[in-house]
Amino acid sequence: MAIRERGGPTQARGYNPAALRAARFSRIPSAAPLAAPGALCVAVLGAICVVLIAAPAAWGDALTPEYSPSRNANDIHTLYVTSLAIGAVIFLLVEGVLITSLIRYRRRRGGAEPAQIRGNTPLEVGWTVGAVAILVVLAGITFAYLSDVTTPQRSSASGLNAGTEVAALHQPAVPGGHSLQIHVNGQQYIWRFDYPGAQQVFSYHDMYVPVGTTVTLKITSSDVAHSWWIPKLGGKADAIPGHTNDTWFRVDKPGRLNGQCAELCGENHADMRATVIALPPDQFRLWMARQAADIRQSQALLSLARRIRGQGP
Amino acid sequence: MATPEYAPPAPPGALRSPAGTRANGGPPEIAVHGLRDRPRGWTAWLTTTDHKKIGLLYIYTTFLFFIMGGVEALLMRLQLAHANNTLLEPHTYNALLTLHGSTMIFLFVVPVLLGFGNYLVPLMIGARDMAFPRLNALSYWLFLFGGIAFYASIFFTPPSAGWTSYAPLSDNAFLPDGGIDAWIFMIHLTGLSSLLGAINFTATIHNMRAKGMSWGRMPLFVWTILITSYLLILALPVVAAAVTMLLTDRHFGTAFFDNTGGGDPLLWQHLFWFFGHPEVYIMALPAFGMISEVLPVFARKPIFGYKAIAASTAGIAFVSMLVWAHHMFPTPVPEVVLAFFMLSSFAVAVPTGVKIFNWLATLWRGSIVFKTPLFFAAGFLATFVIGGISGVILAIFPVDWYFNDTYFVVAHLHYVLFGGSVFGIFAGVYYWFPKMSGRMLSEGLGKTSFWLMFIGFHGTFLVQHSLGLEGMPRRIYWYPPHGNWQTLNLISTIGSFILATGVLVTVVNVLLSLRSGRKAGNDPWQANTLEWFAQSPPPENNFDIVPRIRSVEPMKDIRRDVARRTGRSAETVSQPVTTGAT
Repeated sequence: MAIRERGGPTQARGYNPAALRAARFSRIPSAAPLAAPGALCVAVLGAICVVLIAAPAAWGDALTPEYSPSRNANDIHTLYVTSLAIGAVIFLLVEGVLITSLIRYRRRRGGAEPAQIRGNTPLEVGWTVGAVAILVVLAGITFAYLSDVTTPQRSSASGLNAGTEVAALHQPAVPGGHSLQIHVNGQQYIWRFDYPGAQQVFSYHDMYVPVGTTVTLKITSSDVAHSWWIPKLGGKADAIPGHTNDTWFRVDKPGRLNGQCAELCGENHADMRATVIALPPDQFRLWMARQAADIRQSQALLSLARRIRGQGP
Repeated sequence: MATPEYAPPAPPGALRSPAGTRANGGPPEIAVHGLRDRPRGWTAWLTTTDHKKIGLLYIYTTFLFFIMGGVEALLMRLQLAHANNTLLEPHTYNALLTLHGSTMIFLFVVPVLLGFGNYLVPLMIGARDMAFPRLNALSYWLFLFGGIAFYASIFFTPPSAGWTSYAPLSDNAFLPDGGIDAWIFMIHLTGLSSLLGAINFTATIHNMRAKGMSWGRMPLFVWTILITSYLLILALPVVAAAVTMLLTDRHFGTAFFDNTGGGDPLLWQHLFWFFGHPEVYIMALPAFGMISEVLPVFARKPIFGYKAIAASTAGIAFVSMLVWAHHMFPTPVPEVVLAFFMLSSFAVAVPTGVKIFNWLATLWRGSIVFKTPLFFAAGFLATFVIGGISGVILAIFPVDWYFNDTYFVVAHLHYVLFGGSVFGIFAGVYYWFPKMSGRMLSEGLGKTSFWLMFIGFHGTFLVQHSLGLEGMPRRIYWYPPHGNWQTLNLISTIGSFILATGVLVTVVNVLLSLRSGRKAGNDPWQANTLEWFAQSPPPENNFDIVPRIRSVEPMKDIRRDVARRTGRSAETVSQPVTTGAT
């Protein structure tokens, strides 16, 4: 065995006593012998406390999504709370077992070698089936709520009575009642809303809607991908060029609801905001008429200006 | 051991040994540490094909990228610390979020795990090197130059379309500068690097395992690397095709993703996420493997349900190919498609849950030794379960319509990728550093680092769930004072600096211990797997002899064997092993 060794150890054979000595666990200084597991538990418990106690106490909204006034938003809220409750049980179970093991089964001086358990088939099958069962239940709950979220609800009796603004458009998705369909177009970095009717009313940034009336949105984009989102009105819908996306909402109380684009759309993505302004139906009609008049007036002014500059027809 | 079980064939001309080695005309009985003259100094690192050197190159390089990505994150957190803040320009902020995401995913988590794989897989399976050492070196250099090409863009125009680079924003109509091209080039180079690496791992693990190491005796970390390699081979060609299409859209007049030319922006999202979701598991599975190695060693108890953990790894990988559209729930997709992707995303939770339960059962009734690797592993479990639960909540597509693209998703993905992968990686760093350097890391600094990281992490990301619930979208460079946004953002920013301090403590720990750490010996943890049979750090040929593998814990067998033969307890066995014949 007279082979040249390069980079090999001087300890050529046998068991390395230095390594042996260094190897024992007891030799490695235990910086924080028993404080460590305790501290770990305190931290984990602290995290749980932050979730369960401090957050709801300090900020009421911190644990649940914004919701109401629209039914789809309420159902999303219910689904979230349900799944959070199921998740919280699993969370407490896992953290509980983890913390218990770390405390109860920490190494003790002179303790016996732990039993060398390699598995337990019934137990393993049990928790696999258990996990599947929980998810099946969750899927069942989701499907139970699904049609309420996706199918627009009826307009209420106090809603906008189907006038000329609405009659021009077909609304097969809304069961029975009347509704208002608004076309939404995302553009860097503003939202444009086109209202139904012969007057061709449109607006930017502020979407005016009548209360008690189901509003269905046809959403698209004319440049990059955007995402339409007013948190209090439930889910978002991406605005993709070349595609039309649908969503709906119904606001039952007058007021302003704020939101903003949720898909990175360029430099000023953060400035691409939107507001839904809910008005009583009669005021909504007034607004439509005034907006139509304003648009007609500014178009007239524009064509006048063009004629003056010799650019017009 | 009367005869060595394994004697690698000597490469012709490479073995510098006196005549007489092949005394009986047969193969040499024992291979020695140094086989040939090697370049010394820094050139050794440039020309090396040694899997351990390449592994270390990966690990050091990726940690540099990790620090860069971390600084980018801190800058973003500073900007968001206060409402109406004007610290950063919007284009700078968008560049930072793109650099941060792309760096952490393509230049840190994936390659650092492949770096650990590079270092450990041959040692764990009792091989001398990877199957294709030169290809292995090529993988590293492709990765490095991919990273350099990407970061070169900060001197010109950095990319600013997010790590997902959604078309049409990433098209030249909207971002004509070279940043997106640098991003594409980086995806190509790192993708090729990972693909070659994956082929290399597959060939190595299939063909070069020690005698007796059947599939059922392979270390769980090797299982995860093998399955990750399959995922890479399936997923990477898709993103390579997608970014090539983006490149031709940008510069050669095609319109794959341009609806005005007959293309479809949604095609990009489908192709990207077809790769992107398996990528999530590519980042998670090897970290799971590390946890599966660390927990039994520090619980002094075998891993609970070895087969279930290996099978769940394969199960996660299979289902992860079928869940990509859960990133696209708010896009115009038929409801039945949404339902399918919700159910498939639920399905991933089952094998993931099985893993968590098995890890808990490994700790249960153990004799838990509180060393730093265990802290990070326990921190991983405590944290990852939150990411898993929020993942299931996000899979419910009506709920996702609310949460998609909000800070809830940012919190979720960091619970999975930082709380999961990065805590796993840090457990791995503290666990394998003694093997890689021959020295122990400081336990005191290690535990300090863990606590800072653990507290900082939850401080940063727990409150981001609430930000999402209160309607704050992600990727916005400023926000008005609205509700609790300002308070929550400030907490998050403070947390992020505590987290960064924790990472810094580990960096200091590594630098100090490399210089003056206590000598580790071969097997400081009394571990189970074969890499602890080699010297620390292992010599170029890894093993003088490789024992026949008789169980999933070969080191336990060896220790028991030695105790039986010598009549005294052997807590470690050092190489080279006497063959008895001499």
